[in-house]
Amino acid sequence: MAACSIEDVLAKAEQDEAEKLKSITVQKELDIEFDIGNLVAYDKNRIDIRQFREQKKDDFLRSLARDNTQLLINEIWKHPTERVEEVIVVKLPEPTTALPREKPPPKPRPPTKWEEFAKLKGIQKKKKTNLVWDDVAKNELHRLRNIARAQKIKVPGVGLTPTAQQSTTDLSRAVNVAKVSTASAGKFQDRLPKEKAPRNTGKKRKFQPVIGNFSSEKQRQLDLLKVMDSKKPRLDVNKAVNKQMREDDREESAAKFRKGGKKGRKGGNFSGKGKGKGGGGKGRAGGKGQGPPGGKKGAGKR
Amino acid sequence: MKQKEGVIKPKTKRAKRFLDNRAPKLTENVKNAMIMKGGNTSMTVTQALKDIYALKKPSAVLYKKKNITRPFEDSSSLEFFSKKTDSSLFLFGSHNKKRPNNLIFGRLFDFHVLDMIELGIEKYNSLSAIKNSKCPEGTKPMLVFAGEAFDHDDDHKRLKSLLTDFFRGPVVPSVRLAGLEHVLHFTALEGKIYMRSYSQNSLGFSRSLLKKSGCRTPRIELEEIGPSFDFVLRRTHLASDDLYKTAHRQPKALKPKKKKNISHDTFGTKFGRLHMQKQDLAKLQTRKMKGLRKRRGPAAAAEGETSSKTAKVEVE
Repeated sequence: MAACSIEDVLAKAEQDEAEKLKSITVQKELDIEFDIGNLVAYDKNRIDIRQFREQKKDDFLRSLARDNTQLLINEIWKHPTERVEEVIVVKLPEPTTALPREKPPPKPRPPTKWEEFAKLKGIQKKKKTNLVWDDVAKNELHRLRNIARAQKIKVPGVGLTPTAQQSTTDLSRAVNVAKVSTASAGKFQDRLPKEKAPRNTGKKRKFQPVIGNFSSEKQRQLDLLKVMDSKKPRLDVNKAVNKQMREDDREESAAKFRKGGKKGRKGGNFSGKGKGKGGGGKGRAGGKGQGPPGGKKGAGKR
Repeated sequence: MKQKEGVIKPKTKRAKRFLDNRAPKLTENVKNAMIMKGGNTSMTVTQALKDIYALKKPSAVLYKKKNITRPFEDSSSLEFFSKKTDSSLFLFGSHNKKRPNNLIFGRLFDFHVLDMIELGIEKYNSLSAIKNSKCPEGTKPMLVFAGEAFDHDDDHKRLKSLLTDFFRGPVVPSVRLAGLEHVLHFTALEGKIYMRSYSQNSLGFSRSLLKKSGCRTPRIELEEIGPSFDFVLRRTHLASDDLYKTAHRQPKALKPKKKKNISHDTFGTKFGRLHMQKQDLAKLQTRKMKGLRKRRGPAAAAEGETSSKTAKVEVE
């Protein structure tokens, strides 16, 4: 009994397979040629003109197209497939039909001046590796520095403990550090005529991690809201006033110097300088006298 | 871009990239097509040009103004336009009493005309006339050429090559199986060429795609979508054989490298060749078979016996 049912099952499976094959197989006199790289099929079979005239043109053409497309798709399906980001993709071979190019193939470029010179002198391109033999134990230095940092001992900064071979970056960094280590934090240090301003010397901003301490983040947000709610002004009046005074002084002195400078050009340098300084001094005194009362008044009004 | 003697030195990196894109390369870009109208055009022709522009969308330019030129007589304006837009394919539509509803398909090599084939439209159904859902623009179409003429007749052979060039789209290493929707079918019959455009939306596709590789080939059902043309072949201007050959010349770098010492049988078996130095076969190292080793004589046999005797005694 079981044997019969197994046979039946197998027979049915075979029938199904045959039907499926029937639905995708197409009979043609001559096999059609494919160029899968271009997704093209060339069908060289004779077309029955009588059939073409009997049927409606469109229907005949459509059935012919269906058959040919079926064969083309069968051929495409024989090629290897792969899965790329949840999409099944079939790998196409190189196109076989020879099609003319758009432009002629590129000509080899003429050698540049350097290339010619190198050829003349026999200079060959040497590949530099990034690895450099470290005479003074740089690893040791870094290890000690890490230890110092961990134990919160003060460590001399960049460039002050020179290692044997210093690259241009190391030297430039040392120069920048030295420049900033003056009493006025490098504000009045002159630069050499062709020296460029140092880049990336601003403070590095530190950002809080995106998902960190939830309670601290909550606290910070609530504080921010509290500050926004409060009616007290966030402006430090003294600081603002001093800043404004300094700006005014600067403007005045610049104006005086300019005036003094123009006059001074005719009569020599001395007078211009003296006038500029004197004017600046007098102006400043006057400004200072006026400043605080004005500031206090302002505070009172608010 | 001002052209003084045709040589421009780029002053920005962007300009340099632009010029490098247009310069001759080993593997070339997709061929751009310029679609333009002639001195007098009919409704059929303008609509046909718009439809073909839609088929070739990202890599085609459609000019709105009429250009009063005759490509078969003077191709200088075509060459000028191709230099401007870096296009190597063109489609010129015109209409007059002698040649009604005329389309000239052509291609250029090095900005000079290579081939031009004139087709007359006898029957035309536009994209808008056929009301079916269209496939997305930019899909790489499958092309089918049916009919003996495409194999026997020279003009038809060139036309086949030209149409393949025109409609094939970018050359890609792999194609999404679900994206194989668009089919362009060209039939050459009785001196006429029928062009039909179908979309293939078989149900078997989506189901078979859910399976992993090794999926069953689906049964195709076609639905006519796009423009359908009945063309008749008119004049042709084909390139001379040597110009055609020059156009096909591929740079050496693209040729596949031949692996030395590997050969294939007629059955497909792969053979390799090993080159060795001359060997002295007498001193060849083979497997050692102890039993086959030469014995010195009876003395050795006696030794063997005594040793065996002693062994037996020990056991006992």
